Amino acid sequence: MKPIIEIEGLGKSYRIGANREKYLSLRDQMAKQAHGFYRRFLSRHRHVPRDEEFWALKDVSFSVNEGEAVGIIGRNGAGKSTLLKILSKITPPTTGKITLRGRMASLLEVGTGFHPELTGRENVYLNGAILGMTRAEIKRKFDEIVAFAEIEKFLDTPVKRYSSGMYVRLAFAVAAHLDPKILIVDEVLAVGDAEFQRKCLGKMEEVAHSGRTVLFVSHNMAAIENLCRRCVLLKQGAVAFEGPTAQTLPKYLADFLRPSSESLATRTDREGTGSIRLLDVQLSVNDRACVAAITGKPCTLRFGFVSACKASVASSIAFTIRDSRAQFLCRLSSEDVGSSLSAGEGHGAFLCHIRRLPLTPGQYRITPTISINGEVSDYIEGAFVLNVESGDFYGTGRFSDHSPVLLDHEWEMFNS
Amino acid sequence: MWTGLNGGSLPGDNSNQFKIRHLSPLSTIVRPPRPMEQTITPPKGLVRINWVELWQFRDLFLVLAWRDISVRYKQTALGAAWAILQPVATMVIFTFIFNRMAGIQSGDGTPYPVFLCVGQLLWQYFSGTLTNASQALVANAGLVQKVYFPRLILPATSVTTGLVDLAIASLVLVGMMIWYGVTPGWIGLLSLPLLILTAVLSALGMGLFLAAVNVKYRDVRYALPFVINIMMYVTPVIYPLAMLDRHPVAKTLMTWLNPIAGVISNARAGLLGHSPFQWDILVISLLMSGIYLALGLAYFRTTERYFADIA
Repeated sequence: MKPIIEIEGLGKSYRIGANREKYLSLRDQMAKQAHGFYRRFLSRHRHVPRDEEFWALKDVSFSVNEGEAVGIIGRNGAGKSTLLKILSKITPPTTGKITLRGRMASLLEVGTGFHPELTGRENVYLNGAILGMTRAEIKRKFDEIVAFAEIEKFLDTPVKRYSSGMYVRLAFAVAAHLDPKILIVDEVLAVGDAEFQRKCLGKMEEVAHSGRTVLFVSHNMAAIENLCRRCVLLKQGAVAFEGPTAQTLPKYLADFLRPSSESLATRTDREGTGSIRLLDVQLSVNDRACVAAITGKPCTLRFGFVSACKASVASSIAFTIRDSRAQFLCRLSSEDVGSSLSAGEGHGAFLCHIRRLPLTPGQYRITPTISINGEVSDYIEGAFVLNVESGDFYGTGRFSDHSPVLLDHEWEMFNS
Repeated sequence: MWTGLNGGSLPGDNSNQFKIRHLSPLSTIVRPPRPMEQTITPPKGLVRINWVELWQFRDLFLVLAWRDISVRYKQTALGAAWAILQPVATMVIFTFIFNRMAGIQSGDGTPYPVFLCVGQLLWQYFSGTLTNASQALVANAGLVQKVYFPRLILPATSVTTGLVDLAIASLVLVGMMIWYGVTPGWIGLLSLPLLILTAVLSALGMGLFLAAVNVKYRDVRYALPFVINIMMYVTPVIYPLAMLDRHPVAKTLMTWLNPIAGVISNARAGLLGHSPFQWDILVISLLMSGIYLALGLAYFRTTERYFADIA
């Protein structure tokens, strides 16, 4: 039997102009044309600068059989989203060919097209139609959708009055009741409260085990392990490995923890305006640079930066910590603890002091974000890998290695 | 390709053998799944319009049109009253300035307010639709980047929702015709659908072009209100087309390049019955609106594929 999805030699290139502007303005374009005309015909320097080409995907080939659930994993910027967008026909490929043998629906986001002014009921119809359901189909599944979202009472309330939890539940409920042969899902499960997440995962499992074909992109390794027998690992736009999940995950995780050989200052897989850019991250204990921190002991993370802002600006920094299984552990933010930091022009560093490191021995991946007035200035996925060595957290010489984090606590008891 | 329903085909029948091969022996009347095989390849050259696909997405078109209408009337405190208040206010002011102060007349004896009303309503439909259609893709960037559907639906929706406003605002015209005792001619009533079709086609054609340009060049939307304002003066909204009789070149240019000019002029002739209906101008307007639509579609289709990358 022929595979239900066949991808052959798929490639996608983006043209990055020299100034990297995303939007053009007609005025600039006309000026550029005039300038180009001058260059070509009147000036003696006939060199017209070429736009740079960037291949987000290059020669990707794999196929998926009917009824399979395949995970697509890879670092940020490895090309996962581009692949999903091409598969969903949102953007065309530059090279190659995809053959789909069945009705396909893609879920790159929950609640696409939800309108705050419309009621829950109206939004179900709107969102359903946007996701490709017919009116009759939505009507038939309407009660099921509402029951799944648990919002019966608020059906005729505009969704702008919904809590974020209700909003997300309704959005996912519509999406979960799509009934295609091929389902393409981006990381949409990381929504809602823990209980709802479990419900969503359950629904996804049901879908994956009901003989439908699922392509699933996620950073949640537990979910991938649970849902997918096979995985495709993407790396810099190409397939780095393809095989059973049990074999692919370790390869990804090893890669996940290996600090990029490139120095932070020159890494290009970053996001943000770049007004303040991270240059390096260093770990120190008692003012001495170290290669590892120790459980239960103080440590300091130093985020060196260079600022292009003329005056000093109110800035904030936050970073997330993920363990070696890519499990999200916690997020530390200068705003949350009420530190007001203002970065001036030139070089400097943000220092984060942790009094008693609550992490158990192992390797942790740190992803920092620097913002100015809420606007992301620099974001680098996995900028630093924090090594933690064993230490005496509780002062008793013992703790469980399986506990991802350790919390300061005491015990007491009384008999009544 | 549907098989299995044409009762005469038995498993031994050669002509249908390969089609039935994958049916289970128990299913006598089974409609096998349509062999839906679609391929995604790099686009080449001028892309044809996929009418079948457009038809498949008709539900989405209806839902989006319904969304735009219901949101518009929900959001404004005045609701539908707004659709009436706007033309009335414009008309009072325009009548005062252009008729009473500047002395512009309808030229054929029609009371100026009624004369203006016809032009104003059609112009408001056209300009409003053009503005909305040009914003359609940018305003729905969230959809364009996350879901696939024929992008054509978005500008097409704006064209349709404008018709609802036009229908509501037409009550003003009906009221005024009763007030001034103007009875519409038969030609006017019968040709009205054709005239509105011309307005719809030209608004859609130009709207498609502007929507696509707007995605690529973000400063277009700042220039557009200005262009639309100017366009009103090269459209016979506040003056009759006949006023241009002494300037034949300008008149020819206007009737050929601006389909709305012909639509307004003929709507007046037909509905108010004071000047003859000009069939030649109707044909020209219809022809030109068709050409605008074809050009708009062609440009939209060639740029459409990159909307998601830049929207």
